[in-house]
Amino acid sequence: MSLVAMLASEATRFTIVLVMVAGLYIVIARNNLIKKLVGLSLFQSSVYLLYLLPGKIFGGTAPIIDPRFDVYANPLPHVLILTAIVVGIGTLALGLALAIRIKEAYGTIEEDEVLAKDRGPAGAAARKAGPRG
Amino acid sequence: MSFLAAIDQHLPVIVVLAPLLGAVLVALVRVEIASWPIAVLAALISAAAAFRLVFVVEQLGVVSYRLGGFAPELGIEYRVDAVNVLILLVVTAVSLVTLLYARQSVAAEIDGGRVPWFYAMMLVAMAGLLGMAITGDAFNAFVFLEISSLSTYTLIALGRDRRALVAAYQYLIVGTIGATFYVIGVGLLYLATGTLNLALIVERLPDVVSPRALIAAEAFILVGIALKLALFPLHAWLPNAYGYAPSAATVLLASTATKVAVYLMARFLFGVFGIHVEIGPVSVTGVLILLSLAAMFVASLAAVFQRDVKRLLAFSSVAQIGYITLGLALANPAGLTGAFLHIVNHALMKGAAFMAIGAVLLRCGSSRLDDLAGIGRTMPATAVALTIAGLGLIGVPGTSGFVSKWYLVLGAFDDGKGWLAFMIVASSVIAVLYVGRLLEVVWFREPGKAALAASEAPLSMLLPTLLLAGLTIFFGIDAEMPARLAGAAATVLLGGHP
Repeated sequence: MSLVAMLASEATRFTIVLVMVAGLYIVIARNNLIKKLVGLSLFQSSVYLLYLLPGKIFGGTAPIIDPRFDVYANPLPHVLILTAIVVGIGTLALGLALAIRIKEAYGTIEEDEVLAKDRGPAGAAARKAGPRG
Repeated sequence: MSFLAAIDQHLPVIVVLAPLLGAVLVALVRVEIASWPIAVLAALISAAAAFRLVFVVEQLGVVSYRLGGFAPELGIEYRVDAVNVLILLVVTAVSLVTLLYARQSVAAEIDGGRVPWFYAMMLVAMAGLLGMAITGDAFNAFVFLEISSLSTYTLIALGRDRRALVAAYQYLIVGTIGATFYVIGVGLLYLATGTLNLALIVERLPDVVSPRALIAAEAFILVGIALKLALFPLHAWLPNAYGYAPSAATVLLASTATKVAVYLMARFLFGVFGIHVEIGPVSVTGVLILLSLAAMFVASLAAVFQRDVKRLLAFSSVAQIGYITLGLALANPAGLTGAFLHIVNHALMKGAAFMAIGAVLLRCGSSRLDDLAGIGRTMPATAVALTIAGLGLIGVPGTSGFVSKWYLVLGAFDDGKGWLAFMIVASSVIAVLYVGRLLEVVWFREPGKAALAASEAPLSMLLPTLLLAGLTIFFGIDAEMPARLAGAAATVLLGGHP
């Protein structure tokens, strides 16, 4: 492997870990329910990269059999990640839908405010109304 | 080939497909009256297939099913052995009983238009859990894990209380982090071995040059699954999720969801990595024993101070999962048998307990401990079921909880850890406190206004509740059948042949 290729591969690895940790940090540190979901998406995206990176082979081509080529990229990670992306979209959609319902029921999407509204006697009275208001 | 033989060949896929297709059918038909019968029928087919699989596996040892006819190298393999056939049986049987129980509870707790969606989600959750248990492919397990998780979040969010939404959101965040950790670990395993089939991974593990990749993979996978099975201290999502979900959903989750995650952990610990691997200076069994003990004591103590019965039982679930993981960590035949017995027994008694609470919720409109005062006089049969389940949770002799704890104690002594046996007994004393508090309120308090107005639960809810409670007693007296299945599972996990 040439020096350029080696550096490039190290750089992608660092990027993956950076995105992974940054995403996880946002999930933990942010208070806003939507921003948490964005962080979660970043975290998941880094995993897509983690899978896809080793599937790429230098000089390899798309895995369609052709007499002109004899080195192919590994197609399996792509298929796996296609599935994982679908799962990620489902999770994000459900999370956003829940955020909307929380906004309707509580009038806010800041997590600490939501939790504070259920404490104390005022919270007990409001809860009776139920999520559908 | 006769028709029956043809069905026998396709049993593994029928178990999963029946609830999955049933869910699609319920969602397409979307008629409130039709959804319950379809759901029950789908669960019945699945349960029948799982029941038949028990016999097939006892004859053949291992049933391997290649989806689409592709070899495991390329395709996905369903692999059923003595370990997961037990899980399949528990999940399908309890789901079926839960669905039989659900009709009136769901009609009372869920808005009319959402009832078909509720049943569709129950079936999807069931299919996801069964898929996790049956698959022999690490990535396929992730997909099924997310199928069951996403439907679970939806089920929880259908709860009446607005806190159900927050509980579902928080579980979604934690659950997704757990699943992503798992998939990172699987990715590392794939990089190291070039395959996703669990059996092939095991074959190729000795050739892996870098132990560091394996250690990282094991750490990610175990932590990811630990989040899903609510291993202490990763259990924070569970009490709210169980507490605010609709009653029928709570029954399904409490008795099956965490159990399947435990199975997956056992599969990776014993079947892939080997239980005695050490990560640096830390031994996996040591950590697992420590966390299990913490769960048994801390969560039991937390249960004592709960004001809502559903949350009380949820904390008790965290503690009971501690007993199961303790059995895994013991890693000897008696301990593992105890763990798998407890998976079965806890599914039955927690199912019965949450069903009883669901009936109380239907009749009294509350699951607060104070509102249950004197309920034993107006709803005696429900209260009896709750009492039997409670005694099972303590592990009173004559209930199935005693049998599984007995095996765990035996396992502790086999391992030369007498102090651990003492801890198992000591933590049961805390269970006496929270169950005692519950039973005192139910039987000895003066009934309140709500309890006096309540009448006995409808038969369609009472019979499933009493069935599970009855099985708790039956397996406490005659544990031959579950002990044989759990023993076979333990033998296979420890590398022997049943």
